[in-house]
Amino acid sequence: MTLIGVVAWVGRRATSGLALVGAAAAFVWSAMRAVGDVGTWGRLTALQVRRIGIDSVPVALFIAVFTGIVLALQSSYTFTGVVPLYFVGVLVTKSVMLELGPVLTGLALAGRVGANIAAEIGTMRVTEQIDALEMMAWNPVSYLVVPRVIAGIIAFPIVTALALGAGIGAGWITSVSLLDLSTQEFIRGARMFYDPFDLRYPLIKAASFGAVVTGVGAFHGYHTRGGAAGVGRATTRAVVLGCMLILVLDAVWAVVLL
Amino acid sequence: MIRLGGVSKSFGNNHVLRGLDMTVEGGSTLAVLGRSGTGKSVLLRCVARLLQVDLGGVEVAGRDMVTATEAEVREVRLRMGYVFQFAALFDSMSIGENVELPLRRARVGTAEARRRSDEALARVGLDGTRDQFPADLSGGMRKRAGIARAIVSRPDILLYDEPTSGLDPVTGAVIDGLMVRLKREMGATGLLITHDIQSAFRVADRVALLNEGRLHAEGSPDEFRASRDPLIRAFLEGRADLWPGEVPAGAAG
Repeated sequence: MTLIGVVAWVGRRATSGLALVGAAAAFVWSAMRAVGDVGTWGRLTALQVRRIGIDSVPVALFIAVFTGIVLALQSSYTFTGVVPLYFVGVLVTKSVMLELGPVLTGLALAGRVGANIAAEIGTMRVTEQIDALEMMAWNPVSYLVVPRVIAGIIAFPIVTALALGAGIGAGWITSVSLLDLSTQEFIRGARMFYDPFDLRYPLIKAASFGAVVTGVGAFHGYHTRGGAAGVGRATTRAVVLGCMLILVLDAVWAVVLL
Repeated sequence: MIRLGGVSKSFGNNHVLRGLDMTVEGGSTLAVLGRSGTGKSVLLRCVARLLQVDLGGVEVAGRDMVTATEAEVREVRLRMGYVFQFAALFDSMSIGENVELPLRRARVGTAEARRRSDEALARVGLDGTRDQFPADLSGGMRKRAGIARAIVSRPDILLYDEPTSGLDPVTGAVIDGLMVRLKREMGATGLLITHDIQSAFRVADRVALLNEGRLHAEGSPDEFRASRDPLIRAFLEGRADLWPGEVPAGAAG
């Protein structure tokens, strides 16, 4: 590739990147304005909370349970002979509550919820259903985007809270059944460095993950072009970008709140 | 009334509409014919402001659609019915819910919405399908459901995007008959985009031929039938040899 070719490639990438940022900013602005249209999104949000939240519980619990089991076994393996074994309780609860619970739940839901929203709204775009909404004088952002984002902000913390319980519970059961640890010792470890903020922190993170995953899914779905292939592309982008933003936000919250 | 003056619309280097002038008189139906890619659907979307024009003016029911605010556009859309090419019904809703959707936006009460949606479904011959889903219906029935949704709010203006495409001739004729009856009963102004010449002649008061983003010809169905214009003849008779620059199949070599 010649130098001019490289410069042209960089220019094209920069232009498309800026266009994406501009489109995302316009989308966020239109969504913020649509929040005032409560009459449209209000009655649609409950359904989305059920779809995003309740339907996601099994996969979140599945991941949390196995995370709790592995954490207990690995910490026991690491601590044996060096650190008192009740520190297994410390590591399991702290790791599940502060990091693994919200992040793994967020990543799982980015795949499940983000892909679902992008595919659903993308299909509506390419089959002119969004145009039909506009022709009926509905605001499609109020109708399709706002209920999903608000549902994500509500549902992700609920699912994450359940996942935290399941992960810690699985770590405790593993500790008492497979390790030489009693329930009292596990609880002693769990309470040792506990701070009430440890419960608020994952829920704050989960709410932000919910906003990002649903918002990114809705954005890519809303801007879908090009039939079934376009829907596929939108879905992939929604999942990839959703996962990346979860990890970025995770780091941001750690810097800001810890 | 719908009036377009000097409308241009491009997508990148693709200049779809190039200074299009067109008028649809109140209460009449204009059918716009043209080859694929000549900008017929773009024209319809510009009228509804699903697309914003690059240049020129679009006036619908006395409102300048180019400069209108979003709220003003929504007001005009409440007076419009748009029949989409593939019906654009919501898969997750029953037919009844689909048809009632415009009424919910207009804050019509539940009982009244039910009565009017039943009436609209009866008008298009779909009584008894209220609880079915779009996936349960044939292509023709879905199109009729789309028409029911477009007319349920009793619009002054009806926009049809290829309502008979992909249908067998008998079902197409049923849809045509329906459009004629709706025009007679509702007196709405109609803009019909179609490839289907028979449909255009059956439904429209005036027929226009679009070519390369401009209005090539306009007249009554009888004037079109009698025209000696080569593009009109090529279109009416389906003869590629009459179309400038087009090589008919089998002529090569």
